[in-house]
Amino acid sequence: MTTAANDAPGRTGPGAYRRAYRPADRRIVAGVSAGLAEHLRLPVVWVRVGFVIATFIHGAGVLGYLLLWWFLPLQAPQDSPGLASAHRRGLRSGSRGPSRREIVQSAAIGAIGLGVLGLMALTGGWLQGWMLPLLLVVTGIAVVWRMFDDATWNAWLRQTEGPAYVARLLVGVTLIGLGAIYVLTVNRGWSAAVDFGSALVIALAGIGLILGPWILGLWTDLGRERLERIRSQERADVAAHLHDSVLQTLALLQKNADDPGTVATLARRQERELRDWLYGRQGEVTTFAAALREMAGETEANHRIVVEVVTVGDAVLDDAVRALVAATGEAVVNAAKHSGAARVDVYAERVLGSDGARLEVFVRDRGTGFDPDAIAEDRLGIRNSIIGRAERHGGTARVRSTPDGGTEVALTMPVSGEKETS
Amino acid sequence: MSVLSVLVVDDHAMFRTGVRAELERLGSGRVEVVGEAEDVDSAVEAIAALRPDVVLLDVHLPGGGGTEILRRVGTSSTFLALSVSDAAEDVIGVIRSGARGYVTKNISAEELLDAIDRVAGGDAVFSPRLAGFVLDAFAGTIEIAQVDEDLDRLTDREREVMRLIARGYAYKEVAKELFISVKTVETHVSSVLRKLQLSSRHELTRWASDRRLI
Repeated sequence: MTTAANDAPGRTGPGAYRRAYRPADRRIVAGVSAGLAEHLRLPVVWVRVGFVIATFIHGAGVLGYLLLWWFLPLQAPQDSPGLASAHRRGLRSGSRGPSRREIVQSAAIGAIGLGVLGLMALTGGWLQGWMLPLLLVVTGIAVVWRMFDDATWNAWLRQTEGPAYVARLLVGVTLIGLGAIYVLTVNRGWSAAVDFGSALVIALAGIGLILGPWILGLWTDLGRERLERIRSQERADVAAHLHDSVLQTLALLQKNADDPGTVATLARRQERELRDWLYGRQGEVTTFAAALREMAGETEANHRIVVEVVTVGDAVLDDAVRALVAATGEAVVNAAKHSGAARVDVYAERVLGSDGARLEVFVRDRGTGFDPDAIAEDRLGIRNSIIGRAERHGGTARVRSTPDGGTEVALTMPVSGEKETS
Repeated sequence: MSVLSVLVVDDHAMFRTGVRAELERLGSGRVEVVGEAEDVDSAVEAIAALRPDVVLLDVHLPGGGGTEILRRVGTSSTFLALSVSDAAEDVIGVIRSGARGYVTKNISAEELLDAIDRVAGGDAVFSPRLAGFVLDAFAGTIEIAQVDEDLDRLTDREREVMRLIARGYAYKEVAKELFISVKTVETHVSSVLRKLQLSSRHELTRWASDRRLI
């Protein structure tokens, strides 16, 4: 078994106060044995056997275990934020927690203990009738406890609103009531319940007066703690993103430092990804502007050219608009392949004309340019993919180019008027 | 031409170093970086002490951002916003507070020098992206606009100039396209800037009077 958790807080330095805790990642039931074993520097099997043996002495083992469960703080493994986040988001493989061998071993120890206990009960030893049911109940609770993982369990336990909370409250109160009534009436009848009830209310009021401020403080602490946890998870996600994207890109940049083209492409791609992430533009592409940006990103990556996209207004992505994006993409690719320019400006605007709304797109480069009339016939890219595509969907395309003056492709496409998304 | 003194305000030391190095390499004799500042307080101090001709101003800064600096020192120096931010609110905000122009951080050194020259000469500098933001703002797509209908609407010509700048045209090309002089283009651009800043001042007045502050 690992002993890697020796660097938990408060445990460093020779004279430092050593605090016992329950390691969250290495427990089978509650982590009491693992924590205790680590604290006492004993093999964990000894501790488990010790608990089982102690159970024979008037149930001290079970009681001790429960008490320690209550008093020892649970300690989550201290990973770096990025790793913790990666774990949380399931980006890392490899299981944590106790090994299969350890689980089987502990189950065996427990079974032997139960077997001996059962034997003693049958042979009428010191064991009273209530010991076996109690053990069964405790085991049941332990099993249920382990069925939830920490997050679910915490969320459920700390939930203070909603139907789940109300249900829990009702069940809890009913159980307490039933239990109390059973205990009281089993010997002395119903009148005792009334007496006890009034006494209980008075006692509770007293306890409330004494402990009220303390409980309130605890409650505030809980809220603060929850907030802190949310914050730290957020931080962890940021760290994870930086780790996955920025650090990787920087590593690649160092490897390709002597290739300016690759460096520029990588830097651009990283910049775009980071922007999308920062400004929340990830996810499904459903609007014209988003589709245009996506197209620009792909072209940048494939053709090593800078594509600057500026959009004014937006529109819903339908077939015609998709065709417009595709035609724009073709124009950008053309510019990348033939113009020799290092950068292409794409400007798109939703214009409200007298005859309804339309999208206008301009793709401009400052490359070599060409004479559109002279070579338009054999440039299938322009004829089919740009002009043809736009016209098939009711739009227009115009190519303007002068040698040395660069090229500008202007595309327009009518869109339905009312469906603006901004 | 006299040497322009420049103050670089950015909270990232690496970026300041990079800008300084590029300006010194390419712009010796034209510009001189007289100082650097990393947050609002140090920037305000440096502007008061050094009186630079042009302040290269990051939009996001510790202590309140570029708009806070503009609020505190007024427009005693000329400000050119130089930002990596992609959010229209940030960019338009700093322009409306009084910056004379906005360029993105991936601008080349030559273009940056040119932009510094132009803002120092009293001209406004609109990058294609800023022109796009401006058009959006006046079209009402960006909510911060709330442009005063009577005063602040862009004329057709101003709008046309903005569109061409957004399409990546240089001033010279805009002039050629619209058959006007470069001087006229500059006039249009400056008047767009004035309207932007005016509308913010109007807004401020309205805000103040709504709350019975004046």
